[in-house]
Parts: sequence; structure tokens; C-alpha cells
Amino acid sequence: MSSQATEIKHDAAPLQKPAFQQRYAFICLAVALLTVPVWLPLLGGYTDLASRVLIFALAAMGLNLLLGFTGGLSFGHAAYFGLGAYGTGLMLANYTHSTLLAVAVGTMIGGLAATLLGPIAVRRRGIYFSMITIAIGQMFYFIAVRWNSFTGGEDGLTGFSRQPIHMPGFTISLHTTSFYYLVLVCFAVGSWILWTILNSPLGHVFVAIRENQKRLTFLGIRVDVYIAVSFAISGFVVALAGSLDALLDNFTSPDNLKYTLSGNLLIICVLGGMRNFWGPLVGAFIFVLVQDYISSITQNWMTVIGLVFVLSVIFFPLGAMGFFRRRSRS
Amino acid sequence: MSLLTLQNVSRRFGALTALNNISLTVEPGELRAVIGPNGAGKTTLFNLISGFFPPSDGSIMFDGEPIMAVNPAILVKKGIIRTFQITEIFLDLTVYENIRVAVEVAMGISLRPWINAATRAKVNARVEELMEIVKISHKADRVAGEMSHGDQRVVEVGIALSRHPKLLLLDEPTAGMGDEETNHMTDLIRSLNKTQNITILFIEHDMNIVFGVADRITVLDNGTMLAEGTAKEIADNPRVQAAYLGQAA
Repeated sequence: MSSQATEIKHDAAPLQKPAFQQRYAFICLAVALLTVPVWLPLLGGYTDLASRVLIFALAAMGLNLLLGFTGGLSFGHAAYFGLGAYGTGLMLANYTHSTLLAVAVGTMIGGLAATLLGPIAVRRRGIYFSMITIAIGQMFYFIAVRWNSFTGGEDGLTGFSRQPIHMPGFTISLHTTSFYYLVLVCFAVGSWILWTILNSPLGHVFVAIRENQKRLTFLGIRVDVYIAVSFAISGFVVALAGSLDALLDNFTSPDNLKYTLSGNLLIICVLGGMRNFWGPLVGAFIFVLVQDYISSITQNWMTVIGLVFVLSVIFFPLGAMGFFRRRSRS
Repeated sequence: MSLLTLQNVSRRFGALTALNNISLTVEPGELRAVIGPNGAGKTTLFNLISGFFPPSDGSIMFDGEPIMAVNPAILVKKGIIRTFQITEIFLDLTVYENIRVAVEVAMGISLRPWINAATRAKVNARVEELMEIVKISHKADRVAGEMSHGDQRVVEVGIALSRHPKLLLLDEPTAGMGDEETNHMTDLIRSLNKTQNITILFIEHDMNIVFGVADRITVLDNGTMLAEGTAKEIADNPRVQAAYLGQAA
């Protein structure tokens, strides 16, 4: 094999299938997402459902940077989702009429919280890491429940709604369809950032941390610093998703800070395949659809999700995307 | 000046004395074998030198500086790189990806969340170079976890080389290998020492390799230093014969 040939081959990043197949799948995905408001109603769906899929996909992809690509099992990412949601909701309810500013502030609050709190959790590994993330997450849940006057307590936060976006020369009113496109833009930007990071030296170290921390330590790396960076980036992305979630419902509640949501995000990652970049998108698709369909039949929709989850872990441990994955074996 | 100097180094774990009053020096460019029966303290010696834990007593100097209380990450930057008795590589990554992450760490760009074409080309060139040196280029796209033990060992050496080691510590580099793999590894050790000019300290049980490759040999037994010298001196040393080689024969 000439070194020229190997070099070309290596330009394909680790997460990629052969370039042609990859590009084809990506274009199909992009077209499908861009035309959702056209075809979804024909299948009996509604556009808000697609927005919810993308929001949860974005959150799960953010979590998956830490979970699937760095190997850190966080059970508390709902905290950053919820902080994003509350940040945005409180901004719109009390301080501003700018939707974009509210989203930016919500994302910053959630992301900065992850940046500050991640370093505490990364002092431990494995199960202890997970326990600390739960504890930190639940702290915010109880603050939201108790601080009635500011957060609306257990009833949740109401009294805000997404406002039209004023651009020089025109105004975008955020009705269902245009809001979907706002979500899609955020999803695209979030995915692009995550993709770029995973194909950078930083991302390579994240994956190496998942594989072997001892080896990295003896290459001269402070592993905990890198896990904290992964934690922070993942927190920002999850917070952005949370912020959009508040806008989707014009409502948010302490449930968006609770460990059950953290668990749901984990389930989404595992369902879709946490070793795969687009796995969480597939997982979110399955999760939100099952939730929407089954919950119209029975209140116990979580039982069905649980069953699907158990079966998928037993039969498709690499998730839906892992089922299709082909790795190059020359 | 010696590259590595240990003076009266001891290491105790509770009541157990794993190493007792060891003094040794390694000169730049040397290829030194450390031998001894199981439990002699060979890996403990490596753990002390690579900063895995500090000595209970004594001093360790590397390149003229004391390194007793220096953590592994700093020692790596100073040029002490080790491999492990149990291979430590990134099993789910390809050979290329294994060495690439090591190269990016060594180049000091591992905190960058993006990469441009020029840097990528530089990284690629270095990875190709390292894969050539350890002769694993033809398996660049194989997933490390699916390769033979011998190949994985070679990948680990490639990773270690990425950091431009001054002192390379190899813990049983040929353990569990077949004849062909052993020969490949032996040739590799020799060429790293002679052509890349890397000082190497290696633990080995295979006496053919030890006597065939090493410039000098250090013999440990039960935590103490039994002898040190050239292959011939060691082979002729009656204490070594009695304590170690005698048992093997």
C-alpha cells in the first residue's frame, strides 16, 4: 500500500462510513428534515412532534458527547436542560421580548452551570461520578420546586410565550412551522459543532478517554480536565435544547430538571446507539413517537418504553444505528 | 552525565519491602535489561521510575533532576515513557487512530476543538512515520482490539514513541508472543536503540533475548540488587547462577 493511498483513506474521519454512502445518507436526512412540515401531516403527524424529536435529539446528542464518546455516565444532565428552559422562560416572562436573547441567556446559564459543576463530578470515576451528577441535578430540581415566587414551584413556569423575531426589514412570527425551522437551525448548528469537535484533536482525546484513561495519563494528559471540558460542551448543547423545549410548550416545569428526564436522555442515547454520531437522533425519533402514540392510549406509556429499552439492550446492544454500522476491516 | 541514577532506593508496601536499597545508573544510549524471578521487584522498579508511586526512601535522578515526587504526566514531558505488562492501548480504535491521538497529544494540540488542513497533514505525516518505524503501516486501518497480542504490543510501542522518549521503559515486551512476533519485537527494540538512539530499560523473562540484545543486565532478586554487568559477566556470576539461572536450568 503506498503511503499516498493510506493518507487519502485516513482523511475519512473515524466516525464516517465510506464517503459516498455517508454523503448520500446525509443528504437524504437533510432533505427529510427540511420538508417535515410538508410530509408529516400526510402521515398523520403534526409539526410540533417533529420539533420535539429534534429538541430531544439535540439534548441526547449533547449528552452523548460525554456518554458515548468520552465514556462518562452522567445521570444529571436534566439539570442543564432545565436551567436552559427556566433561563429562557424567566427571561421572556420578566426581562425581554427577544426570543433569541432569551435562548442565548438560557443556553449560557445551563452551559455555565455545567462548566462550573463538571469539575466537581470529574473528581470521581464510574458509579461515583454518576452519583455526584444525580445529586447536583436534584439540587436544581428542589430549588425550582421550593422557590415558588420566582419559578412557579411545582405548577411550573407559565406567563411567557415565544415572541416574533424582528430582523432588519422583516419579522418572523414564530408560529408552529417557523418555530420548527428555528429548532432545525439550532439542531444543525449544534450537530455541526459536535461533529467538528469529534473530528478534532480534542474529540480524539475524548474517545481515547473512553477507551483507556491509564494510557492517556502515561502520555502526559490530565484526563479529568478533558472530561470536564466534555462535560461543559455537552452541558451547553443540552441547555440549548432545554431552552427550545420551553419555547415549544411556552411552559416549563421542575420535571425538566428531574432525574427522570436525565434517565430518558440516557435511554434515547442507548436506543439509538451511543457509539454512533446520529444514534441519539434515531433514539429520539423512536422515544418521542412511542411516547406520543402510546400515551394517547394508556397513561403507562413508560412501561412500553421500558420494554423497548430492555429488548434493545439485549438484542441490539449498540442501538439502532449500531445495527447498521459497518466498520472497515481491511 | 548518567541519564538515570537511583541511589539507595527502597519501596515498602506496609510490611512488605518490594525493593530494598537499590542503586543503579543508566547511561545515555544504553540498552539495559532488568531480569529476576517473579516478585523480584522489577515492575515496582518501573513504577518508581515512571512516577506511578514515589519511593519510600532514596533518590531518583533523571537528566540531572530529582524526580521522586513528580507525577507521571510531568515525567512523560521530561521524556520517560513506559509500556505496561498488560498492553494499554485504545482497543476500539484503529492502529492509525491509536497513534494519531498520541501524536496530537505530543504535539500539544490536544485541547483544540478544530483542526485545519495544514495541521492535519502534519499529524498524518508523523503518524505515518511512527507506523513505519514500528513496521505496522500495512495494518493501519485494523481495529486494535481485533489484532494479535504481538501487534498490539507493537502499537503500544508506537504510541510510546510519539512523545520522543529519552528513556523508554518496556515491561515484558515479548511476554506471551509467538516466535515470529518475538523476533519482530526484538529487532524493533534493537533498532529503536541503535538507529533512533533511545535509551531503553526493559524487563524480560526470555533469556535468549536478554543475552542477545542487552548491553548491560541488572539482576533483581527478592527486592535486592543481585548483580549488574554485561551479558558475559552476568552469565559467569556464581550468585546469579545460584539464585536465578540455576533454577531455570
